[in-house]
Amino acid sequence: MAAITEVGITDTAAESRLAGAWHEFAERRTAVVALAAVVLLIGLALLAPLVAPQNPYDLTQLSIMDNKLPPLARGLDGMLYLLGTDDQGRDMLSAILYGLRLSLYVSVVATAIALALGTVTGIVAAYFGGRIDALLMRLVDIQLSFPAILIALILLAILGKGIDKVVIALVSVQWAYYARTIRGAALAERRREYIEAARCLALPQWRIIFRHLLPNAFAPLIVVATVQVAHAIALEATLSFLGVGVPITEPSLGLLIANGYGYMLSGDYWISFYPGVALLIAIVAINLVGDRLRDVMNPRLKR
Amino acid sequence: MPAPVLAVTDLSTSFFTRNGAVRAVNGVSFAVARGEVLGLVGESGSGKTVTGFSILGLVDPPGRIVGGSIRFLGEELAGASDERLRSLRGASIAMIFQDPMMTLNPVLRIDTQMIEAITAHEKVSHRAARARARAALAAVGIASPDERLAAYPHQFSGGMRQRVAIAIALLHRPALLVADEPTTALDVTIQSQILAEVQDLCAESGTALIWITHDLAVVAGLADRVAVMYAGRIVEEGPVDAVLAQPLHPYTRGLIGSVPSRNARGAPLNQIPGMAPSPADLPPGCAFAPRCPRADVVCAGPLGMTGHPGERAARCWHPYVSEAAR
Amino acid sequence: MLPFLFRRLGQSALVIAVMATLVFVGVYAIGNPIDILISPEADEAERAAAIARLGLDKPLWLQFLVFVKSALAGDLGRSFVHGVPALELILQRMPATLELAFTALVISIVLGIPAGLFAGLKPDSLAGRAIMTGSIFGFSLPNFWLGLMLILLFAVELQVLPAGGRGETRMLFGIEWSFLTLDGLKHLILPALTLAIYKASLVARLAYAGTREALLQDFVRFARAKGLSPARIVGVHVLKTILIPVVTVIGLELGSMIAFAVVTETVFAWPGMGKLLIESIYRLDRPVVVAYLIVVVTMFVIINLAVDVIYTLLDPRVRLATKEA
Repeated sequence: MAAITEVGITDTAAESRLAGAWHEFAERRTAVVALAAVVLLIGLALLAPLVAPQNPYDLTQLSIMDNKLPPLARGLDGMLYLLGTDDQGRDMLSAILYGLRLSLYVSVVATAIALALGTVTGIVAAYFGGRIDALLMRLVDIQLSFPAILIALILLAILGKGIDKVVIALVSVQWAYYARTIRGAALAERRREYIEAARCLALPQWRIIFRHLLPNAFAPLIVVATVQVAHAIALEATLSFLGVGVPITEPSLGLLIANGYGYMLSGDYWISFYPGVALLIAIVAINLVGDRLRDVMNPRLKR
Repeated sequence: MPAPVLAVTDLSTSFFTRNGAVRAVNGVSFAVARGEVLGLVGESGSGKTVTGFSILGLVDPPGRIVGGSIRFLGEELAGASDERLRSLRGASIAMIFQDPMMTLNPVLRIDTQMIEAITAHEKVSHRAARARARAALAAVGIASPDERLAAYPHQFSGGMRQRVAIAIALLHRPALLVADEPTTALDVTIQSQILAEVQDLCAESGTALIWITHDLAVVAGLADRVAVMYAGRIVEEGPVDAVLAQPLHPYTRGLIGSVPSRNARGAPLNQIPGMAPSPADLPPGCAFAPRCPRADVVCAGPLGMTGHPGERAARCWHPYVSEAAR
Repeated sequence: MLPFLFRRLGQSALVIAVMATLVFVGVYAIGNPIDILISPEADEAERAAAIARLGLDKPLWLQFLVFVKSALAGDLGRSFVHGVPALELILQRMPATLELAFTALVISIVLGIPAGLFAGLKPDSLAGRAIMTGSIFGFSLPNFWLGLMLILLFAVELQVLPAGGRGETRMLFGIEWSFLTLDGLKHLILPALTLAIYKASLVARLAYAGTREALLQDFVRFARAKGLSPARIVGVHVLKTILIPVVTVIGLELGSMIAFAVVTETVFAWPGMGKLLIESIYRLDRPVVVAYLIVVVTMFVIINLAVDVIYTLLDPRVRLATKEA
């Protein structure tokens, strides 16, 4: 764009890159609010056992007589149920906190494993090129051309229920994204001079790959990982809702919603509604943060 | 003397960015007469392209014209309505750009892009418009115009794409054509062909031409008058032969002297020391003073264009006025 | 063009073959084929007879050949629950799913492209920002929750639309379609909307990004220099440019819509392939699951192929490259 280059604006070089990136991130208030929400949710999830009024998995604490109480009702023993109770007499607020904890746990763990797996695959493919690259990327392409939900459904149908199986399903759905992203970034970096230099120094392959290539190709992964955590949460919720996800004994948000689904039509909406709201806030907040990160890191949109 | 086609007076265009306002064009004045070719010369960053955009009202936000007047055939363009500018563009004032690859839309056919240029300003049938497009392509020297009309831009070479752009620009026989470095991206042999063709076409239709470039050699062969820009201002203007033979302004002199072909073989190349200032960071007074061999204390003060004999002008306290020219 | 098509057809056939092999391996070698193909309620004698009939006592490679032969002949097993050939069951339910997926696709295009285009043209306006933030909500909302909320609003609170099921159908080309009746449309709108919102948000974001990039291009400035009206610049130049990536995504996402229909059909009790799949998983009706997989894989491959072809038709640069290839 001739007009803009002639003017030649440059950012103040004094700001460190990280501080600069934060400032740009913070320009949109929605992003900052979303980030705060994410931090809050993570805090609540980590502290759930301490913060929740009741342990919803402990059957001795439940009173079946208190079931299906609407929000802000008081139970027989005087306990205030802020968000009501479900059909078993569980306090919804506690159930939501524990469910949030489980949802986040599953998603973050799955994302981390998928990230590691995908990164190694992608970097190896990019570094070695040729046949290895073609084979790995063909695998990635085939995987990516099938919708995540089907792959996960079938895997869980074969493997059965359980938290670890859900994690496996989520990992197998996600790893391909990371592989493809980092391969693209690494391919661009591979041609740079510092990799040539490292090779001339006869550094061992793995060292070149992991100490030199990887750190520089990593940036786009941060955005992908953030968005993928949100996807994982949504996917786990969907799988649990369909009944193939986490077991009934440890409900995640999706399962809570599934439990309350039937009661909705008869007016006891809160059993499904509030877990849904919690789920929504978590996913939207993470997506907003990831979206803003992407804008900040995208050089093409900078005018 | 008949009224000029274009009279720019004290034009200023600024860009309002996060880091402050940047004045890319800073009080520029010049005029172009009917059928005249004006060469607008300057380095990157001198403001010459923004000047061209300002004339057509194509300055994108965050930039806008902040002052001055642009009188085209007696009508004021600065501040004119979008609709009025739109009706003038393409019909009375046309522009061609530097990079022929991106000037044409890659997913539309050539005839589509030419016909829409015609029908935007005149109510003609599709067939009549196509016939005119065909004739225009032939006029710029494109062989087998019928095949070419049905083709897509990426099937053409750079030189041909530029010819198409020129054909489009001249479709309505505009009174003024602004050409922004149209040959910079092309091979040298194609360059001279295109130059010659544009010259002929404009002479034939009486179109005034503003040729924006950084290349003095182009200006030497093509223009009638030349205006030299530096850091957003015009620092010298006059008839091209006079300016090139006996430049008044130290910058012009430096530009001419730094052309490699003027050097004796083996002798070190002449350079103008230092770098052009960023428009965000201009020194007070004469912007060229930091690099000028003739600068002194008075050059830091305000500075206007002073007239010189032979319809020339220079913005300098110490122009190279030779004794012989007096 | 023709050699390109042949090459793509070959690739597609290869993918189907690979998937079929994977399914076979999953069913016969890894999983316990006896459990998968023979109903759990069968007693000893029936099991023995079934094993013999299905050739499960033969060597693996022979079983594979039998599998391929019957697959090519259209026999993908028999449903335990319903007792009819699995393929027939799936094909019966396919029109309902296709109807849902296509309607959702149309809605997402009609909503998404204009929204994204508008937001791209005026990114800092209130409406533009609202559209972009709204699109984040759109693809964040889990499909099933959106469906539930829509049911809550329209069926329970406002009581204007039914809460589930498919409406009346009418026959067209030998198949029953429900969009041809008013009752059918009433039943169709909520599930289609649920399915469409996710896609519409993605399409809007894509259109937004494409528009922003297109506006920075020189050819837009040149179009303005020609004196073209803003309507023409946006409606022809910008739109055609962004259409190419958008269409590609839409085409590929049609497949994912069919997949996501699994959830929507469950929420709305819509009698399509997806609901059949979920039921079959619950009831361990594994031949149906296997058949579903193969059918869906084939569909995806066909869709991908179609998208590739359409893409070459749309982008003249690719079209000519493939001609010369």
